[in-house]
Amino acid sequence: MRPILMKGHERPLTFLKYNRDGDLLFSCAKDHAPNVWYADNGERLGTYKGHNGAVWSCDVSRHSTRLLTGSADQTAKLWDVKTGKELFTFRFDAPARSVDFAIGDRLAVITTDSFMGNQPTAQVKRIAEDIEDQTEDSALVISGITGRINRAVWGPGNRTIITAGEDATIRIWDSETGKLLNESDKEVGHQKAISSLSKSLDWSHFLTGSLDKSAKLWDARTLTLIKTYVTERPVNAVDISPTLDHVVIGGGQDAMNVTMTDRRAGKFEAKFFHKILQEEIGGVKGHFGPINALAFNPDGRSFSSGGEDGYVRLHHFDPDYFNIKM
Amino acid sequence: MALAISMEAIDARARELGIDIDSVDVDSITLPPGEDFDILSDDEDLLHNEDLPELEMGFANIIVVDNLPVVPPEKYEKLENVVRKIYSQIGVIKEGGLWMPTDPETKKTLGYCFIEYNTPQEAELAREKTNGYKLDKSHIFAVNMFDDFDKYMKVPDEWAPAEIKPYTPGENLLKWLTDEKARDQFVIRAGTFTEVYWNDARRAMPELVYQKQYWTDSYIQWSPLGTHLATVHRQGAQVWGGDDKFVRLMRFAHPQVKLIDFSPGEKYLVTYSSHEPSNPRDTHRVVLNIFDVRTGKVMRDFKGSADEFTTGGSIGVSGVSWPIFRWGGGRDDKYFARLGKNVISVYETETFSLLDKKSLKVENVVDFSWSPTDPIISLFVPELGGGNQPARVSLVQIPGKEEVRQKNLFSVSDCKMYWQNNGEYLAVQVDRYTKTKKSIYTGFELFRIKERDIPIEVFELDNKNDKIIAFAWEPRGHRFAVIHGDGPKPDISFYTMRTVNNVSRVSKLTTLKGKQANALFWSPAGRFIVLAGLKGFNGQLEFYNVDDLETMATGEHFMATDIMWDPTGRFLATAVTSVHEMENGFQIWSFNGKQIYKVSKDHFYQFHWRPRPPSLLTPEKEEDISRNLKKYSKKYEQEDQDVFNQVGEQERKRRTQLQEEWEGWVAKWKQQHEEEREYRMALRGGEDSEKEEEGEIKEIEAEELLNVTEEVVSFDQD
Repeated sequence: MRPILMKGHERPLTFLKYNRDGDLLFSCAKDHAPNVWYADNGERLGTYKGHNGAVWSCDVSRHSTRLLTGSADQTAKLWDVKTGKELFTFRFDAPARSVDFAIGDRLAVITTDSFMGNQPTAQVKRIAEDIEDQTEDSALVISGITGRINRAVWGPGNRTIITAGEDATIRIWDSETGKLLNESDKEVGHQKAISSLSKSLDWSHFLTGSLDKSAKLWDARTLTLIKTYVTERPVNAVDISPTLDHVVIGGGQDAMNVTMTDRRAGKFEAKFFHKILQEEIGGVKGHFGPINALAFNPDGRSFSSGGEDGYVRLHHFDPDYFNIKM
Repeated sequence: MALAISMEAIDARARELGIDIDSVDVDSITLPPGEDFDILSDDEDLLHNEDLPELEMGFANIIVVDNLPVVPPEKYEKLENVVRKIYSQIGVIKEGGLWMPTDPETKKTLGYCFIEYNTPQEAELAREKTNGYKLDKSHIFAVNMFDDFDKYMKVPDEWAPAEIKPYTPGENLLKWLTDEKARDQFVIRAGTFTEVYWNDARRAMPELVYQKQYWTDSYIQWSPLGTHLATVHRQGAQVWGGDDKFVRLMRFAHPQVKLIDFSPGEKYLVTYSSHEPSNPRDTHRVVLNIFDVRTGKVMRDFKGSADEFTTGGSIGVSGVSWPIFRWGGGRDDKYFARLGKNVISVYETETFSLLDKKSLKVENVVDFSWSPTDPIISLFVPELGGGNQPARVSLVQIPGKEEVRQKNLFSVSDCKMYWQNNGEYLAVQVDRYTKTKKSIYTGFELFRIKERDIPIEVFELDNKNDKIIAFAWEPRGHRFAVIHGDGPKPDISFYTMRTVNNVSRVSKLTTLKGKQANALFWSPAGRFIVLAGLKGFNGQLEFYNVDDLETMATGEHFMATDIMWDPTGRFLATAVTSVHEMENGFQIWSFNGKQIYKVSKDHFYQFHWRPRPPSLLTPEKEEDISRNLKKYSKKYEQEDQDVFNQVGEQERKRRTQLQEEWEGWVAKWKQQHEEEREYRMALRGGEDSEKEEEGEIKEIEAEELLNVTEEVVSFDQD
């Protein structure tokens, strides 16, 4: 089917997130206002105005009441999804990058970049049920990683926190004590910076994309490498299909090199791989620049991609897609 | 040369210790881990030598000058000045590098001196230039390298009969030709690895034969018949070959070798290096060695200034037109020739000296080429004296050096010679000025070498003002293709040298209009040609059948830089090498344009099909096979089918296995997920929505199906 082009951002997209019901799509970009869209027809519902810098990522609570955003303006903000009202601001001494709600939405992990001599950190914040009780205190601060943390998410049962970033290593931390529990194998792991990380529906395994032109599937408890998907381009974004054994991988050259080569050379495609057989199924072209964000709708019937070109492309799958036999 | 010396040292040491070095299988010796006894392995050797400074320790830069006059101390200074004057002309003598010893009793000199230069090259040059120099009648210099003295002193005084070594069977160098599946090999160089593969087209993948890291310092090259693989290193060249893995067959010491070239019959290897002069005003010094590939012996060396070796020809790699020596006389490797100023120097390989002791004198010759099969040279002399003396193309027979055919040409601006690979035809592309001298048009002179008196036919394109972009003969055939025209969409025309009633006249077969092509690649078996658009055309490919004059397929290998047919003409390889940053790798196509597989490799430098020696079948036998192809092909079709089924079977197995493995993971996860359910519920404040979550997907799918049936039913009832 023809994709729906959603033009609501002035600058490159950074992150896409569906709510659990799959009816809303949240998009973040380097302009300062995240958007929310109807996930079915691509109509824009509204924007969340208040940030003063690029918004790197967001997460939405289970019942789609609250939105958490992390921004380069050194804050993370809590929003009321329905009214767009800014509820609370967490201030940091460095740009906030990755945000992720824990199961139960009582906790969130927020990462900060290395900035002005500060080390990058992953910080756990308690999220109060009543916004009046909300504080800025961190329940836990994980540090000691060199290189930017591009993504930090909760492990199964909120027991662990998984971080991945520029040093190409995936680490699992105890979410209570902040102790390092496990590190990805240097031999089989990524060779270059990890740009993205996406969990499976039941949080049992997750997919990482890296600038080493591959994506890898890991067990979330043991950090065992299960699969590797090899592409021809640096990978910027990945996601796992919630219904089928498919994964989608997107990327492209560095933005700085894009204009130097033919559009065909860039291969700005979202590539579908069979999750188990590791074989390429197909690709969806369309962006005029590298793909920075990818997300499957939780119903598995559509997906959206966000590009350096500032567009969100919402694709509803053709019936053929569900009949692919490998 | 350092290598050769160290080998001798090893031999000597072995003899001392009473070890028969030949009986030791070096490969079977393994050093204890972490201990290398200060012996660098070959690979390390190559690595570390890179950054070592010029060695100061050897005596290779010292020469000994003998037969100097014996003088008393009063005249010592004068003599020293004379010697210094002579030898500083050649190179820079090191400070305090001139030492003339004196007799401690008589205080007279001893009639010899030592001179130390900065580099061994200078010392070598000094030895060459001044050995035999006449200072006066009774003092003729005898100059030797200091290192050589050692060598000469070691020569035993008594003659001992040479030991006859027992015969040891060597490697089977032709093993690859006996592949049961009749596949071809190719070598690629990507990153630090050099890898040899089988092209397994049936299974649509390459199969690794041999792989080695840091195998070569600069590049690799197959010998023309595919027997050897040559690698190039700082210390020299090496050739490899053998049964299953590649073993070193020979080393050819040539420090700082830059370029190598095999003779067509792969008997000889020519190596080339050029050296910075110590005096920046001088030109580079060039050293060429011709080795016998089998014995590793230097058959002849050439040394001189770069100027002497860069006359004429198109400028090729690093300022020289390579190969400097062009081999003639087919695969017998009988002659080789080099272009000089007003001469073509033809050497023969029996004595490695000039044929008839003198060069072939041709005033103002600028280019020549050999017939690929016969000892015939075609040469081109441009117009002289402002058009008073016409340009000419001549065919010269070797060894007789008689001119067998000649053609004078007028108003010539440039000329290119194309031999058909059987040596039957020669096409000379002549670019001429129009009368006004403002523009250029092109014509061809077609020589029929094998016919009596070598008839020449003048041939022009329909539109003779068209620019010629490419010209190519059909290998072993009588046709040729030309890309001509201006602008982005040139035309391609095909011609044949034969006509229906066997009159020797060239005739046109067809013209293809407006093609995106700028290069022609005939299949080595003839009949098929690939019209390729490289560079600006981004790798457009058209597979064309010249027998039926139809396009079989078109394709594209985006940004392709290189195109190579396999030696049998069954497959085509297209590659993007590291001249581009992106897209590096290669693709394999069938002769009719079906893409079989592709491989991506970063930092992809080289792709080379392993050449095959010519077929042993007689032309009649070949004819017979192609006539009864059905009969022969049956067997192979069956094999193809079997392989196909087998691959299918393997693939199915692999998939089932992967699926099973995956299900194992899923089962484990499910169980763990189940175990943590209560805990998760607690985290969510008692909310139990797990069921909903898991059933969600199926529910939706079922829902849709129901909807459809319901509507149909209600419709019927109405």
